[in-house]
Amino acid sequence: MLEFARARLAQGTATIDFPPSDRGFPERFRGRPILECAGCTGGSCPDDLGTIPSRLLRTGQAPDAGTVLDMGACLFAPEEAVGSAGCGVSFTRDHRIASRTRGGLLTPTGLIEPLAALDERMRKLLGRSLRLRSVSAGSCNGCEAELTAASNVVFDMARFGIQFVASPRHADGIVVTGTVNANMRDALERTYAAVPDPRIVIAVGACAASGGPFYGSEQAGDGVPSSIPVDLWIAGCPPHPLTILDGLLRLLGRLDRGDRAPTAPPGP
Amino acid sequence: MAPTTPPVETRRFARLGNRRAVPLVDVPVLPISVLRDAIAAAITDGWRIVSLFGAPENASSLRIMAVVADDERGHLGAASAVVGTSYPAISALCPQAAVFEREVAEQCGVLPEGHPRLTALRRHAPDHRPPAWGTAVNHLAGDTNVFTHFEGDEVHEVAVGPVHAGIIEPGHFRFQAHGENVLALDIILGYQHRGVETLLERHGAPRAVLVAESIAGDSVIAHASAYCGAIEALSRSHKTARAQSIRGIALELERVANHVGDLGAMAGDVAYQPAAAFFGRLRGECLNMLMTISGNRYGRGLIRPGGVGFDIPPDMARELGARVSGLARDLRPVADLFFGVASVQSRLDGVGVVTREACLTLGFVGPTARASQVHRDVRHDHPYGVYRYVQIPVATAWAGDVYARALLRWVEIQRSLEFIGEQLDALPAGDVRVPCPPAPARAEFVVAMEEGWRGEVVHAVLTDEGGRVRRHKVTDPSFRNWTALSLSMPGNQISDFPLCNKSFNLSYAGHDL
Repeated sequence: MLEFARARLAQGTATIDFPPSDRGFPERFRGRPILECAGCTGGSCPDDLGTIPSRLLRTGQAPDAGTVLDMGACLFAPEEAVGSAGCGVSFTRDHRIASRTRGGLLTPTGLIEPLAALDERMRKLLGRSLRLRSVSAGSCNGCEAELTAASNVVFDMARFGIQFVASPRHADGIVVTGTVNANMRDALERTYAAVPDPRIVIAVGACAASGGPFYGSEQAGDGVPSSIPVDLWIAGCPPHPLTILDGLLRLLGRLDRGDRAPTAPPGP
Repeated sequence: MAPTTPPVETRRFARLGNRRAVPLVDVPVLPISVLRDAIAAAITDGWRIVSLFGAPENASSLRIMAVVADDERGHLGAASAVVGTSYPAISALCPQAAVFEREVAEQCGVLPEGHPRLTALRRHAPDHRPPAWGTAVNHLAGDTNVFTHFEGDEVHEVAVGPVHAGIIEPGHFRFQAHGENVLALDIILGYQHRGVETLLERHGAPRAVLVAESIAGDSVIAHASAYCGAIEALSRSHKTARAQSIRGIALELERVANHVGDLGAMAGDVAYQPAAAFFGRLRGECLNMLMTISGNRYGRGLIRPGGVGFDIPPDMARELGARVSGLARDLRPVADLFFGVASVQSRLDGVGVVTREACLTLGFVGPTARASQVHRDVRHDHPYGVYRYVQIPVATAWAGDVYARALLRWVEIQRSLEFIGEQLDALPAGDVRVPCPPAPARAEFVVAMEEGWRGEVVHAVLTDEGGRVRRHKVTDPSFRNWTALSLSMPGNQISDFPLCNKSFNLSYAGHDL
């Protein structure tokens, strides 16, 4: 017991503030990507934009639609940062990369619309206590590792009333990771069906949004199928635990659009 | 005394080295019965199977490639046989071939006749069969009678998964139990199958390395290093000493992160929360060090063909050195706490035993084997990169139970931290990345082995006359070690399963590819 007390004192308190007061991301951290294109008109951008080994850049359907960044397909790999200052893709150290819609992850510059919270009724139901069921469906286990880390003593998701539970019957929603391949599709749909209404769905990681690094594989999926309506898309490969926390808290309306402390939970 | 000349059977294998490309014509093509006998004789002589896979040879035949290793002498050998739609199963003579032959049957649609238990491995359509085989009936499909069956009063079956009661990858476990006591455990996998090998064969640099980094998200460094090792060997690209050292640092950081995380998970499973919380935080420390180096908590972006994508400048090396000593200082009291509490000891002791004989017969690797007194470590037996110059002593334990696997991790953590500290203190000068030209235009074969934190990661690559990748075979340590989990359960209680499972902490994604 004495040893325990000594260890407890030595370890101190590891839980970090959220939103983080000093973000503390190292210089090389690759957060939200941005696309700068100064003065190039359709098609005259540097050639190496075409060498990106992911589907990060998408060319619009219309001839003048230009190029957009798809953060749902971003693998946050150094190879995706191409071009030069003023014209190209680079990574910022901003960890906040989430959207309520899949289309919201597509932007011409890399700026994402501020994430709108759930409606008032859902916030009242879930704002102070959100129970989630994790469904891993054709992933590499990277996103799952970060979901686990989000619950550890450092990020301590439970302090905001968010917890992972053991059964869909106990859950308010599911968190889907992975490409949703053929072998997992049925299990995912059945798990979703087992969650009582009202329920939410959160898609975490590049695989769940776009197939991630496995795009084009016949054996992998393209992400969460349209049969499952997604309420929140969190980008990353895998997303940092703070990215996950940020997305969830904004969804619950517990963060303002800026980076101030969490607002008081709604209702009594 | 060891014989000075190898026995006749092992002479049938072409001599390979870890990460040394050889012309494919040097790999002998034997009649399948001769290959089968040669593998059996080699195993009797202390060799083991490193990899066994099928590669389509032409429209109507498949080449079975076998790679065997003699860890004690540091030898690696390869031989092959060309077969049609069926062949006599190698696993009829060598149990450790069983899981490989299930894979060959499923990927290539050939039937290993006389296989002891031929069931589907990942449940997908054959994706590596000769083109003319068309829609050859896959006899594995629709086979649902795959569970061990027991009869008797109070015998019951417990089904778990694929969706688990936590943040865990998908897999299905079927227990046959009598009361609380487990009689047998069958494991059905394949839920994470993403077609990794096909992607690696189809795409070259720079996309393939991103796929390799995503084979198993907790073994980014190990798989990317093995992938790059194979590609560099083919292109005769020689990494600088500095790049090798940084790769070593990253691999050991990955090992420490995961071992610490596993100790925490085991503490959580025996409800010893203080250690679970402390280890959980300290695991994050290792990940944050990888993020400082590579910009990603799992080291994505670091390992690249020809070296590493990021240097460790002197300032960063000093900072990391201080963080590594801090980590070592913080870990010790937590480990003392965890291993010193009687209630923890009694939960770990004697649970989930895997015998040394089982490890040798079935070819288990990594900490699973080392916890059962099997000295098997690629860093020591088939040294490569920085491990040719700096030896990390191989740690073993003897009991083969959960306690042994936990203790082994703690010993490995300490040795890896020492290694990282030494390397950061004395990083060799030089560039961190050299060009990696295309492979020469001739058919070659290379095997790259890496000691990841779970054990031996193998990437075997066959190229065609144009130097293009024709077959890329990935073998994660979990591929072999899942059988160890099945073996460890009978005689234990169902309630010991989570603990037992955590003590192996195998990868579903690495198995399912």
